[in-house]
Amino acid sequence: MIKAILIFNNHGKPRLSKFYEHYNEDTEQQIIRETFHLVSKRDENVCNFLEGGMLIGGSDYKLIYRHYATLYFVFCVDSSESELGILDLIQVFVETLDKCFENVCELDLIFHVDKVHHILAEMVMGGMVLETNMNEIITQVDTQNKMEKSEAGIAGAPARAVSAVKNMNLPEMPRNINIGDISIKVPNLPSFK
Amino acid sequence: MLGYDVSWAAFNIVEVMSSSKFTYKRIGYLAASQCFHESTDVIMLTTNQIRKDLSSPNQYDTGVALTGLSCFVTPDLARDLANDIMTLMSHTKPYIRKKAVLIMYKVFLKYPESLRPAFPRLKEKLEDPDPGVQSAAVNVICELARRNPKNYLSLAPLFFKLMTSSTNNWVLIKIIKLFGALTPLEPRLGKKLIEPLTNLIHSTSAMSLLYECVNTVIAVLISLSSGMPNHSASIQLCVQKLRILIEDSDQNLKYLGLLAMSKILKTHPKSVQSHKDLILQCLDDKDESIRLRALDLLYGMVSKKNLMEIVKKLMLHVDKAEGTTYRDELLTKIIDICSQSNYQYITNFEWYISILVELTRLEGTRHGHLIASQMLDVAIRVKAIRAFAVAQMATLLDNAHLLTGNTQRNGICEVLYAAAWICGEFSEHLENPMQTLEAMLRPKVATLPGHIQAVYVQNSAKLFATVLKSQEGDTDGTTAQEASQLMIDRLPLFVQSANLEVQERASCILQLVKYIQKLQQKDVEVAEEVCALFAGELNPVAPKAQKKVPVPEGLDLDAWINEPPSESESEDEQPKAIFAKEEPKHSRSRHTEVDEKELARRREARKQEQANNPFYIKASPSSQKVYQETPGVEHIPVVQIDLSVPLKVPGLPMSDQYVKLEEERRQKARAEKKKKEKKKRKEKRSGRGKKHDSGPESEEDIAPAHMVDIVTEEMPENALPSDDDERDPADPHKALDIDLDNLVESAGRRPLADSEKLPVRSHRAVEVQKSPVEDGERENAASQEPKKKSSKEKKEKKKDKDRDRKKSKEEKKKKKHKHEEKEEDLLGDQTDEPVVQSEETSEVAAPPTSTSAEVSDLDFWLSNAPLPSNTQEVATAVASAAEAAPEPGAPSVMAPDSEPDEPKDTEMEEPKSSKHKKKKQKKEKEDKEKKKKKKHHHHHHHSDEGGEESVQNGTVEEEEEPLPPMSNYCLLAENTYIKMMMEDADEVYDIQGNLQDGSQVVVSVIFENKCDSFLKSMEFNVLDSLNSKLQRPEGSGPHDGLVVPFQLPPGVSNEARFVFTVQSIVMPQKLKGTLTFIVKNEDSSTHEKLDFKLHFTCTSYLITTPCYSDAFAKLLESGDLKSSSLRLEGVNMPFHHLLARICFHHHFSVVERIDSCASMYSRSIQGHHVCLLVKTSGQTVSVDAKCDEPTLLGNVLDEIKQTFSQC
Repeated sequence: MIKAILIFNNHGKPRLSKFYEHYNEDTEQQIIRETFHLVSKRDENVCNFLEGGMLIGGSDYKLIYRHYATLYFVFCVDSSESELGILDLIQVFVETLDKCFENVCELDLIFHVDKVHHILAEMVMGGMVLETNMNEIITQVDTQNKMEKSEAGIAGAPARAVSAVKNMNLPEMPRNINIGDISIKVPNLPSFK
Repeated sequence: MLGYDVSWAAFNIVEVMSSSKFTYKRIGYLAASQCFHESTDVIMLTTNQIRKDLSSPNQYDTGVALTGLSCFVTPDLARDLANDIMTLMSHTKPYIRKKAVLIMYKVFLKYPESLRPAFPRLKEKLEDPDPGVQSAAVNVICELARRNPKNYLSLAPLFFKLMTSSTNNWVLIKIIKLFGALTPLEPRLGKKLIEPLTNLIHSTSAMSLLYECVNTVIAVLISLSSGMPNHSASIQLCVQKLRILIEDSDQNLKYLGLLAMSKILKTHPKSVQSHKDLILQCLDDKDESIRLRALDLLYGMVSKKNLMEIVKKLMLHVDKAEGTTYRDELLTKIIDICSQSNYQYITNFEWYISILVELTRLEGTRHGHLIASQMLDVAIRVKAIRAFAVAQMATLLDNAHLLTGNTQRNGICEVLYAAAWICGEFSEHLENPMQTLEAMLRPKVATLPGHIQAVYVQNSAKLFATVLKSQEGDTDGTTAQEASQLMIDRLPLFVQSANLEVQERASCILQLVKYIQKLQQKDVEVAEEVCALFAGELNPVAPKAQKKVPVPEGLDLDAWINEPPSESESEDEQPKAIFAKEEPKHSRSRHTEVDEKELARRREARKQEQANNPFYIKASPSSQKVYQETPGVEHIPVVQIDLSVPLKVPGLPMSDQYVKLEEERRQKARAEKKKKEKKKRKEKRSGRGKKHDSGPESEEDIAPAHMVDIVTEEMPENALPSDDDERDPADPHKALDIDLDNLVESAGRRPLADSEKLPVRSHRAVEVQKSPVEDGERENAASQEPKKKSSKEKKEKKKDKDRDRKKSKEEKKKKKHKHEEKEEDLLGDQTDEPVVQSEETSEVAAPPTSTSAEVSDLDFWLSNAPLPSNTQEVATAVASAAEAAPEPGAPSVMAPDSEPDEPKDTEMEEPKSSKHKKKKQKKEKEDKEKKKKKKHHHHHHHSDEGGEESVQNGTVEEEEEPLPPMSNYCLLAENTYIKMMMEDADEVYDIQGNLQDGSQVVVSVIFENKCDSFLKSMEFNVLDSLNSKLQRPEGSGPHDGLVVPFQLPPGVSNEARFVFTVQSIVMPQKLKGTLTFIVKNEDSSTHEKLDFKLHFTCTSYLITTPCYSDAFAKLLESGDLKSSSLRLEGVNMPFHHLLARICFHHHFSVVERIDSCASMYSRSIQGHHVCLLVKTSGQTVSVDAKCDEPTLLGNVLDEIKQTFSQC
């Protein structure tokens, strides 16, 4: 079982946290902090397994992490998961993110937390690995995104209109439109008293 | 969410979840999964919403709901939704299937009762065509089996098959991990596994898989404690592969290699020890986790021979280690290694003491107390070493200033506690007690923590006693007087100590010494008395001794001795546990006993005082060891001395020299032995001769340097053996320890009980076959089977008896089909798959008698027996084995669904006339016959009971010729896959007291599978009209289909009932409907649908109600009834047939019959009376009818007319 999945950056700022067991907010933050301290101390060329995340689980649990550019991807798993398998899974996760966001960077994770969660949901469900095949994951995520888009329909119209106006190419737009005196005279309405 | 508390928004989240748009729904579920948990109260509001989403036609709605649910499932949700999720497990889309399968684990955890009913289906999913679903099922079963492996042992053959056939590494890893958990329970399984696993090890390129294989092989080897000849080969293979892993440049592999190595170590230390070099190399690794793993390995690798060497290496690392945590880890490991299994590997305790002393040089370690307790332990338990230990400790005390450099930060001064105590207690071994006494009373001692000072003071008194004793004989008592003077000079310093313990001991002893000094001046011999204060020996007490003292009979520890004191008083009481270790010893003189007791009492008093005094930091009551407490350290003003020079305690012997000494000693011993050997060559003991020449000495040869007797720790007499490893009662997995074997094969053992079924809210399936007649016939049919299958048949018949008589002939046939298929499969396998072959052959060899039980099935899967030569035998045996093997399919699934219906059925039938019952029976019989002959629903043959069945109110004469059988079933729709037959609403019944005359009609539909594929996930849907509506479970929309609660194996038919609500009954109704289902055969599954029309005739709203002639007459007379009539021409049938037809098809009962004239009566579900007067003359039948509802009457008559026009 996977107990938690954490993503934080080099400064310990959490970018995604998914706990498959309930902890209150304080504990969650403490876990993230502690995990960051454990993980950030380690060199690049040491192994990716860590024992002793005391807050989560205990002796049966391991932290398995990978460091990509500015982000740490940390999985907290118990002994029923294969260590190398989870490392592969992290790789699949990152590659999937990369495909879905086209060159994923930290900002993508900040601005599209929901999307990251949706992708994750297609890989891990309730702490158990659901799918490890990247193509399958991407297909499912894409189909759902398409559904969202098609649903946007009328509701999405205003937003689309705005973006259409923004993107409109208006070189010929006259710089100064002399419309003369168009000050609208507001009639003096009697007060409602 | 995102680190913020959003519990205030819980309700809004529920609102978003229930949005009809996928976009919002998805967000809602995401939010819920992030912040809902078991104590969120709005969760109960979501039940219906989730149920609706689960049954949504859009697979992604369902998917999102499942994902969300997996994060916040509660026991309530699990209970309510278990059944819905169960149905989803056989959804058409693999995407939903795999999610539903995975979430079942969460459901099991929260609602363990669901495990048994869901298990057969879960097992079925192990062989799902979709690899994702398969992987999910493996995942769930592995999680389940990890906690309670014994219940899943019976699945081993299935997993074995998967293992040899699957190519998905993820699944393989899980399965192999599962086998690792199973092998300890069944060593034979291990034997079977070794071969395929080693094959995998050789063949795979995936490191992860390789690693797991090695791991499981290790587990197997551990479980096979008794040696198998080719064991060493596997061990060697594992160790070799691990060595490759460890030597790999990838740190991860190195780490895992070491981890796996430590597992081998437990059972096969020899094979690991040869890689000592590699492991010692790993100690130099820059990665801390790897170093720690290597340390763990070293722990298991030591022997008497290499202990010194290894520890020497470790000591080097201690010096080099920079980080304190790693150094502390090293320190504890050294101590662990040396002290393991009661100092088993230590041959020279002097060496060990010097190691401990060397370790004291460590700066800033937290583990001073560990070293201290080791010193105490060794000094107390190894008597021979005391003199040496005391000498070392004296030096340590002398150089105490070096250790106490940074008292605040470093815990090493704890060592002084041990040193002082050892010097005091065993002071008779001291060469120069006076000097030590002086060292112990230095003013600097006052900077030490209080508890250490206390020990110093107490032990200085012991030393003082020794000094006095040694000076006893001397004529000039100067030394003795010097000693007392020294005491009197120095003790006042301690009397002023802020620590009460120190203060009290000091003032006590000070007064004592002053008194002694007086006596000394009078030249009185006091040494004897003073020594008596500390006489007696301390014995080591086992840590658990106190716990194990049995409670004497008649002693109730919970009972009050006195009346419970008032609140304020009880607060003052302190647990006495602190003194558990200081039980007075029998060997002690009475004198000291009193002293000790007194001391204890005072200490107690002091503790209380401290506890009440806000200025004292309370010691935690659980700490057993006195010296672990450091109350009052903070109050002692400490001058910080910065010692940057590496510490070297002068005069201390270095442990290294012991290593050399030991070498020499061993050499000498060896030489001596050789000499002896030469001398005693003739009487040499068996088989030991050549070893000595070859150089390496065996373990036993190394004799300890000292004849040490390691005193075992004392235990109280009749100590109770207690089990410490009790499982945590709160463990949720405990509840899942459910026996699942019987489920797999329902024969003979505990089948699924009614109470265990999942709460089902939908329409019920009806058990079609249940009459006793049928059983007999089934057996008849069985015996008529073709002869070539007779051997198989026999076994099946035998099994049949065991079984619950639920299976129809068709099922049997289908099974036979399966067997044949399986047979072919196996044969196919045998040709191309050598691994599988071995498995199958063992299966083949099984004795047929044991087929009935699952366990024995496993037994012969596991047993290895010679292959029978006769292929025919092979085939039959395989078939029988396969039969016993778990069979996915209808019987087990169907049975639970149908069981609860039986009582209800009879209940419903009770109010009906006897005829109706018979009719029912007949219908069933027809059904069965239909199936038997694979005919359609029209029956042209005559049945013997026909005549009797039409008897009503005793009016039908017996001599009349028998009736042709009639069926109420009409064909609804049919295609190449399935046939639907509707029994036209025969069971119409009124719901008492319901509003607006709304009535319910039950429609029984028989589904018959006509193709040779498996039909499943059938959904029955009807387009509701204004008047008639299909009753759907709560929460589902008006267009949702109803899931037919069973699956159909080929050739099988089953009946389901659907409830409709009808507003008006005066008009016939037609409803359009569709049945969707999945046709699944070996390689594909297709989605099919079948349209049908449901026809509700007006007669279907009539209930056969008996009526007496006088009541009937009264009714006719009342005049409320409108009349209508009908003439039928050309009806060519006997009158009683005609009546029977009307009775049967139109639910009338005969009130009276006089020759060719009969009166009949029926009542509608809404209470309309319908009366008929039927007369016949020749071929003409005239029907006069009366009813209080003319429209209804007209329609009924039309229907009657139609009935007769058809024949």
